[in-house]
Amino acid sequence: MSVLLPASLAEALETLAADPDLVPMAGGTDLLVHWPQHTELHERSYLDLSGVEELRPHRWETDELVLGGLTTYWDIIEDQRAWNELPLLIDAARQVGSIQIQTRGSWAGNIVNASPAADGVPVLMAYDAVVVLESTRGRSEVPLSGFYSGYKEMRRSPDELVTEIRVPRRAYDVQIFEKVGQRRAQAITKVGVAVTRSDAGWRVVANSVAPFVCRCPAVERILEQGTEVRGSDDLLPAIREDVTPIDDIRSTAEYREKVLARLLYHDLLDLCPSFG
Amino acid sequence: MNRTIRLAVNGREHSLEVEPRLLLAHLLRDRLDLTGTHIGCETSLCGACTVLVDGRAVKSCTLLAVQAEGRQVTTIEGLAEGAGTEQLHPLQEAFWNEHGLQCGFCTPGMIMTAHQLLEENPEPSEDEIRHGLEGNLCRCTGYQNIVRAVQSAAAELRGG
Repeated sequence: MSVLLPASLAEALETLAADPDLVPMAGGTDLLVHWPQHTELHERSYLDLSGVEELRPHRWETDELVLGGLTTYWDIIEDQRAWNELPLLIDAARQVGSIQIQTRGSWAGNIVNASPAADGVPVLMAYDAVVVLESTRGRSEVPLSGFYSGYKEMRRSPDELVTEIRVPRRAYDVQIFEKVGQRRAQAITKVGVAVTRSDAGWRVVANSVAPFVCRCPAVERILEQGTEVRGSDDLLPAIREDVTPIDDIRSTAEYREKVLARLLYHDLLDLCPSFG
Repeated sequence: MNRTIRLAVNGREHSLEVEPRLLLAHLLRDRLDLTGTHIGCETSLCGACTVLVDGRAVKSCTLLAVQAEGRQVTTIEGLAEGAGTEQLHPLQEAFWNEHGLQCGFCTPGMIMTAHQLLEENPEPSEDEIRHGLEGNLCRCTGYQNIVRAVQSAAAELRGG
């Protein structure tokens, strides 16, 4: 095993270009869980980005919030502007693990770790975030909603790093994030959902109910068109079109479908005249 | 391939040759004999191994020692020394006075996490303390006295 410690982004990208088998690591909060037992992981080589300080800061531009590739959950929890403007980022960040994980875990790491249960991804996707990838070949941008193509499959080449996440600043009149887990802290999500409405329309994003975190276009259509919904069961056909939950150690497919429908129904009941 | 890392632990500079796979928790305990940092679960769940890295609470069982290169690490031992020799930190005093521990295994992690909590919020509500300590498990106390200890330390640190 080796761990390379680049001191700048240029050095990190060159190192990765020379050996795309390197595993990039930011906080390591997922990679290093149960580390002493996972000896097979000790055979790999890692590109630890801790020292690439230029990736750490986030900044507010006129029309967007730009997260750095190493910006942590805690960096955003500490930023009062995020509480005021993009509160779902705070809701999600405060439910990722615990404080000690929030201080290490990064938003970009949550995206490329590509867990279907990722809590940071649904809120970023509901805010129409764009993933910025860089390599020695150049820079590209991919909307987060189109970033994944299958379980742990994504539009990131092995020589690319996520260097920024661009989150548009818009006025929202609906912002909802729900996480259902075994307990409030340090629990992996059984079913989760983020919902927003702005001039750009409705966004409904679910996690832990498909091979990757995804938007729910059929549910979004119901909301856009004002289709009558008289109970949570009325949402089930659309949910079944959008997601494919499974039975696993944490929950069952049936529970996940029903709870997703009930979360959406009860959260939107007072906000949508077509819900009754 | 071993590498040499430099880091400061409780204010003391160290230069150490380490295996890349070595966790910070093991470096602290096995190489520096700072056994106040406990290892409970190694799954990032129990929080017993919590230390401060550059002032922020982290779980040292999910951090490679090489990732602490150039950083300032504070352990429970450093907290006591920081307040003066033989003098416990107000958080340590409060855990003692309020019976915030029984077996004591979780205590160093509880105190280090509470330390960050109070740095950022000198007057936390009970709810804020409970939320702040969600990453630390205690199987003895039922948490009531831990919350009281943090409240008591907060008052002491505010000069109350």
